[in-house]
Amino acid sequence: MSPSTYVFWFLTFVAIISALNVVLTKNAVYSVLSLIVTFFAIAGHYFLMNAQFLGIVHIMVYAGAIMVLFLYVIMMLNLNETFETNKDTFFHIAAVVSAGLLMVTMIGAFAKTDIQMQAMADNSNIGYLEELGKVLFNEFLLPFEIASVLLLAAMVGAVYLSKKEIKD
Amino acid sequence: MELLVFKALLVVVVFLVSLGVAAYATYGERKIAAFLQDRVGPDRAGPFGLLQPIADGVKMFMKEEIIPSVSNKWLFILGPCIAMLTASMTGVVIPWGGELSIGGSKFDLQIVDLNIGILYLLGVVSTGVYGIMIGGWASNNKYSLLGALRASGQMISYEIAMGLAIIGLVMTTGTLSLKEIVHLQDAGYANIVYQPLGFLIFFICAFAELNRAPFDMPECETELIGGYHTEYSSMKLGFYLFAEYINMFISSAVIVTLYFGGYHFPFESLTGLEGNLLTLVQVLVFMGKVFFFMFFFMWVRWTIPRFRYDQLMHLGWKVLLPLALINIFATGIIMWLNGSLN
Repeated sequence: MSPSTYVFWFLTFVAIISALNVVLTKNAVYSVLSLIVTFFAIAGHYFLMNAQFLGIVHIMVYAGAIMVLFLYVIMMLNLNETFETNKDTFFHIAAVVSAGLLMVTMIGAFAKTDIQMQAMADNSNIGYLEELGKVLFNEFLLPFEIASVLLLAAMVGAVYLSKKEIKD
Repeated sequence: MELLVFKALLVVVVFLVSLGVAAYATYGERKIAAFLQDRVGPDRAGPFGLLQPIADGVKMFMKEEIIPSVSNKWLFILGPCIAMLTASMTGVVIPWGGELSIGGSKFDLQIVDLNIGILYLLGVVSTGVYGIMIGGWASNNKYSLLGALRASGQMISYEIAMGLAIIGLVMTTGTLSLKEIVHLQDAGYANIVYQPLGFLIFFICAFAELNRAPFDMPECETELIGGYHTEYSSMKLGFYLFAEYINMFISSAVIVTLYFGGYHFPFESLTGLEGNLLTLVQVLVFMGKVFFFMFFFMWVRWTIPRFRYDQLMHLGWKVLLPLALINIFATGIIMWLNGSLN
């Protein structure tokens, strides 16, 4: 095994353990912290695939910004282990049913797809910023712009919702 | 193999130098504060009080260590660790000087030249806030929590303006690698000439990211006692304070690298220096520029009073963010008129 294979298995191990911890732990703050660890492990996978830009943006956006806000909100609410609401049976059944449906859909989708393993060329520059920019602004210009408009719409919506109370 | 040994040595040297500079920055800060307030400052330990940082360090280690019984012990310890870790991670991409030739082979005085160097810096800075947040929350103290919340709100807000300010720079230089940015500045003018507004925004945001006055809301002692590190004692407190000074050193280095020509100095080719001597002079020039900015950080701290929290948010979102966007727009137009866009 090459050194990068060891790194791969290590990152995979960390990602799975911390991802499990996200759902298994009862403390909301631990959940968020585990999720941050998961994001770092996944960013490590991106680096292994030579996708430096994607990896660093993953850290900046998810671990550095979104999770900080998550943590901010959870700390503000000050949830802790004693704050465990008694969910009724209906809630449990609904959760199990919806999760089961999701699993069936996923299994169905994966069973139908013809998974082809494609080996990545060594020293490929495909994840580098220059290549990514060229592809993004030539081949995928329209989807890229539409995605940005979608984000803008979400932002305007968020501002509108938060301003609503002040207006009247 | 040779390269690996050299880089490993460089990592150790950069780490030790950051620690040393951070230790003496505390001394510098106290001396400058004393000067600005017409006092003497520390003068007991050694000549001119020069041994003061060592005495402080020993004091920090010897003090009783208190972990509040209600706090979460592991997270309480993790907080200062993360603060220290992220502070010492940023030095990796900074080019400290030119080439050093040892026994015929040449080595760069930069640990790694990432082609996404600037993004790496922003990424590390954006995770730096966890040290403060986790420490503040695990302290289980209202003031600590308020400090942590303030810190996270502030850092998130100013990161955006900071990132956008750098985009102008990336547009003019066309690269994210810090080494290339330094080389480009050697060939032409320093980037401050092309990006004065971008520099100003970046510099102001650096103050906010460092939690330094006038943006030191997270540890605002008149309102929050000590802010996020109220419950910390001994070397854990020392780590938080130390991390702040290392961050100050590194951000000065980043400012110099991005906007003030890095280790290059004017009329470098006219001096006739070459080889290792030139590299040595370059490192000294670089450190000189860095120390000037560290002095500037301290100067501002003892000159300008602290913002109110709403003023801080107003400045971040309603002044710096639009200014950064205007900067990007103006840079684009000027580049288009120049014909440097193709």
